[in-house]
Amino acid sequence: MDVLFLSRLQFALTACFHFIFVPLTLGLVVLVAVMETRYVRTGDELYLRQTRFWGKLFLINFIVGVVTGITLEFQFGMNWAEYSKYVGDLFGAPLAIEATVAFFLESSFLGLWIFGWNKISKRLHAASIWIVAIASNLSALWILLANAWMQHPVGYELRNGRAEMVDFMALITNPYGWLKFTHTVLAGYVLAAFFVMGVSSYHLLKKNHRRFFKASFRTAATFGLASSLLLFWVGDHHAAEVSKTQPTKFAAMESLWETQKPVAYHLLLIPDPKHERNLVETLSIPKLMSYLAFRDFDAEITGLKDFPKEDRPPVMITFLSFRGMLGIGVVCILLSFMAFIFARKDRLESHPGFLKVMFYALFLPYIGVQLGWIVAEVGRQPWLVYGLLRTSEGVSKSITTSQVLFSITGFVLIYGLLAILDIYLLVRYAKQGPEPDRTGKVGHSATQEA
Amino acid sequence: MEFQILWFFLWGLLWAVYFMLDGFDFGVGILHNFLGRDEAEKRVMLHTIGPVWDGNEVWLITAGGATFAAFPTTYALMFSYLYTPLLLILFALIFRGVALEFREKIESPAWIKFWDIALFLGSLIPSLLFGVAFGNIFQGLPMDGNGYHGSLLTLLNPYGLLTGVLFVCLFIVHGALWLTWKTEGDLNVRAFSVANKVWYLLLLVAAVFLAATTKYTSLYDNYMQHKTLFAFPILAVAWLIGVKVYAVRRQAFNAFIASCTAILLVFFTGLFGLYPNLIPSSLDPAYSLTLMNSSSSIYTLKIMTAVALLFVPIVIAYQVWIYRIFRHKVVKEEVMEGPESY
Repeated sequence: MDVLFLSRLQFALTACFHFIFVPLTLGLVVLVAVMETRYVRTGDELYLRQTRFWGKLFLINFIVGVVTGITLEFQFGMNWAEYSKYVGDLFGAPLAIEATVAFFLESSFLGLWIFGWNKISKRLHAASIWIVAIASNLSALWILLANAWMQHPVGYELRNGRAEMVDFMALITNPYGWLKFTHTVLAGYVLAAFFVMGVSSYHLLKKNHRRFFKASFRTAATFGLASSLLLFWVGDHHAAEVSKTQPTKFAAMESLWETQKPVAYHLLLIPDPKHERNLVETLSIPKLMSYLAFRDFDAEITGLKDFPKEDRPPVMITFLSFRGMLGIGVVCILLSFMAFIFARKDRLESHPGFLKVMFYALFLPYIGVQLGWIVAEVGRQPWLVYGLLRTSEGVSKSITTSQVLFSITGFVLIYGLLAILDIYLLVRYAKQGPEPDRTGKVGHSATQEA
Repeated sequence: MEFQILWFFLWGLLWAVYFMLDGFDFGVGILHNFLGRDEAEKRVMLHTIGPVWDGNEVWLITAGGATFAAFPTTYALMFSYLYTPLLLILFALIFRGVALEFREKIESPAWIKFWDIALFLGSLIPSLLFGVAFGNIFQGLPMDGNGYHGSLLTLLNPYGLLTGVLFVCLFIVHGALWLTWKTEGDLNVRAFSVANKVWYLLLLVAAVFLAATTKYTSLYDNYMQHKTLFAFPILAVAWLIGVKVYAVRRQAFNAFIASCTAILLVFFTGLFGLYPNLIPSSLDPAYSLTLMNSSSSIYTLKIMTAVALLFVPIVIAYQVWIYRIFRHKVVKEEVMEGPESY
């Protein structure tokens, strides 16, 4: 157990934990904004109650995302000082811009939204949740542009023993970043849709607040279907980008050992990394992999054996995570398609079995997004910045094993406690259901413009 | 060179604004257990910072991000050398934020008690440790070509602790003054009383700090070369006295603004002393991190300057606008019944 191993473990734990909360924030805020907009447009009390119920769950989730995000920003300096010195120009800049253009907006207007019910007009109140929605997505964009630079460095020159920025436009138009952004954000939308459908299913099974939860389910089903279809399409393009820019990651994702032309896609594949081969390759679709990678049925794909051993990522975990994510993505499309049809025809309550499935399916996207990040970050190994800086070269020189042991223990204990408390509150408020219909009591005085 | 100098001061300004804003959140967090006689009063206090604390905390994230972008070497070494205190600050800030959002979610005395303690420690520890961290930066860190030669215990030296106590006193007075502006009735009277009393302690600590600074740091070297700079510490003390003058006259808003100004001036007093170092080396000045040897490329600094010039005024504009929306006093009826709640 050395500083490098512990620092990697700590970053992995804290980043994964952070990303339990972030995707729900990204997606649920859009749904809440849609609900409040409907309330402002129609004046229907139902939409106000929807806004407040789902908004409450959004807030309970949101705060944990915020407090666990700061620790990530600080960890780059604390545990990865050599990396920070090397990439500050290109990686620090988007992080600083994120805080300045997005996170300020998100936090400030969320405060206004939470406490502004009777202080600002209905329209302004709805506008502020839209600003929060846009800002949180914008925030994701900058963070993912920074991450994309680690995956596919652009717009830099190596000078003074570090990477220096020479082309800001290249940094912010990095196609890798935009694909990663759309992929991540859409995954957040799917997750939020399944969250709303899952909680709604629970109540519909108990026959609580039927109108309320049928309406919530319907909105989420439409959102979920659209998002999961788009997600599939973007994901395909993202994988094709990876095959161009990160050939070792792509080969590990598909467990491709030998360079081949053309390459088939094996629906069932069992890797055997020890002997640098696959134990089972069956149910094959000829030429499909070549097409997925390079949009050419006869393209050649470089296998892992043609890369030096010290440049290859761990194959098994990358491959399994990728397949797992893909499988969950496909299941999510099928489920949201069924959900959409049943909700449209108002047939949800006559299919309690389906509602039960949708309740448990709430957890699927959570697993999917974690697997997705494992593919992205484990698949990037052994590089910290792909092709430029190895993970082992980026770790801080001044910190000691005991310091990192102390911090990792602290994180495990505190995050464990946070998880328990947050899940407890989410379950409690989700089970409790919406506030009773008390028309007028929560209403606005629209004239009270600040 | 111009861009490095500009970013040196922007870097200082971001930290200073962070302390000016989150400082009163910390003060309220430290005081709320002692000032609040009942649950309604505690809620009133917490709801005064409820709409704004998160926006205030983003100044820290921006200060951290700006350090990373503009002075990556300083960011890397400052954060890895100060590993343990920063970690404790992060843990404390986690509890502070979560306490504010979760405290009112369940009406159980044990639940509320737990978060009250979390909020108190989550406000006190960062106040103290940020002070300790900057006290040590003012003194210089024991670093040379072989890296860092200190530990958590070497950071807890008399001057570091003194700076920590100075920060705690500043923030308690600052938070109490915020409460005098934002509350009414008995609570308001008690907030004035705390501000007036702790002020004497603050003045004492500030005087000791300014004196100790001659002994423990070389911050005054710059001042001896450019005597006009003494305007900053003198004005800082003048505004601290102004705080008292306004507080005695019960002019809450003026006293609070005076306190804001004093915090900015105190921080800039340190900043002018540091210049051109971001972190001096206490072992050998050749290894000090300066605005020249730790900065990012001029290209990046230019980009960041454009972003800052364009967006920081916008941020300030909407934050001021939001503060204005919430300018009224928070009252008990509102926090116990109104739809505004966490």
